[in-house]
Amino acid sequence: MLVGAAPFGVIFGTLAGPAGLAPWAALAMSLFVYAGSSQFIAVTLLSGGASIPVIVATTFVVNVRHALYSASLLPHVAGLPRGWRMLLAFFLTDETYAVVYHRLQEPGVVNVQRYFLGSALAMYGNWFTWTLVGVLLGRSVPGIERWGLEFAMVATFVGIVVPLLNNRAQLAAALAAGLTALVTTAVPYKLGLMVAVCVGIAVGVLLERKDEPA
Amino acid sequence: MMQVPVETILMLAGMAVATYGVRVGLWLGKSRGFPPRLRRLLDYVPVAVLSAIVFPIVLLPGGQLDITWHNAQLAGAIVTGLIVWRFRQLLAGIGGGLLVYAAWRVLLG
Repeated sequence: MLVGAAPFGVIFGTLAGPAGLAPWAALAMSLFVYAGSSQFIAVTLLSGGASIPVIVATTFVVNVRHALYSASLLPHVAGLPRGWRMLLAFFLTDETYAVVYHRLQEPGVVNVQRYFLGSALAMYGNWFTWTLVGVLLGRSVPGIERWGLEFAMVATFVGIVVPLLNNRAQLAAALAAGLTALVTTAVPYKLGLMVAVCVGIAVGVLLERKDEPA
Repeated sequence: MMQVPVETILMLAGMAVATYGVRVGLWLGKSRGFPPRLRRLLDYVPVAVLSAIVFPIVLLPGGQLDITWHNAQLAGAIVTGLIVWRFRQLLAGIGGGLLVYAAWRVLLG
């Protein structure tokens, strides 16, 4: 899990600069936002000239799935003091959720606080370190942004989407969102992106209903 | 003295609040869990967001529709998609797509 995050931390750190994000801002994003996929998306949108509200809104939409994780872990943390819950929630990324959830399914008593915080801090330090490596790499290798690395983020997005296209509704959602985005590129501040996302979700949900046996 | 642009701070703060708020929300109130309707919408969020980002970048390089073999982004994206679809290896897909993209740029640029 720690090794798996490394290339993405490096790619983020390296490409943040060319996208217009100062080194301190890239590191601050890994420290304070700490959400890999949103950070990737933010960098891509920044290079495309998106406005801040659109970037923040996209971050929100992309991260709503984290609420699913918190719902799933709720029974295990409900007994913890409020301060602990507020602390642990910050680290609730996909990876940390996967590790903690997996451990909770296994037999044997586990100290949720310690296990959660331990794996969370390992993941957090790891993500920051690889971001730093990427930032330093981007600064020390002149012209690295011309190596075609900017395509790394696009490739990552394609690679994430393809396995998800396992039914008609998902495929239609992808096409609807993509085509809507194509025809709304003229809308200022990348607001067309939000429209496209909504159209994609709507098409997916509608087709899913149709596919369901009555 | 380092110059700190207000927009960057706003963006970071906004993203931090949006992310943390989503993660902590259910653990603060007396919530009963996650509304099933919203859960259904969420199934389509990753595919919709990422497709909405990728389509214009890949198909409109430089703002012009380009569905020809000259399009390096398109070539790379297709290769990444095929590798991931066939072998379920994300990193191999990204690497393969990057190589094809770079080769395309060198050969056609």
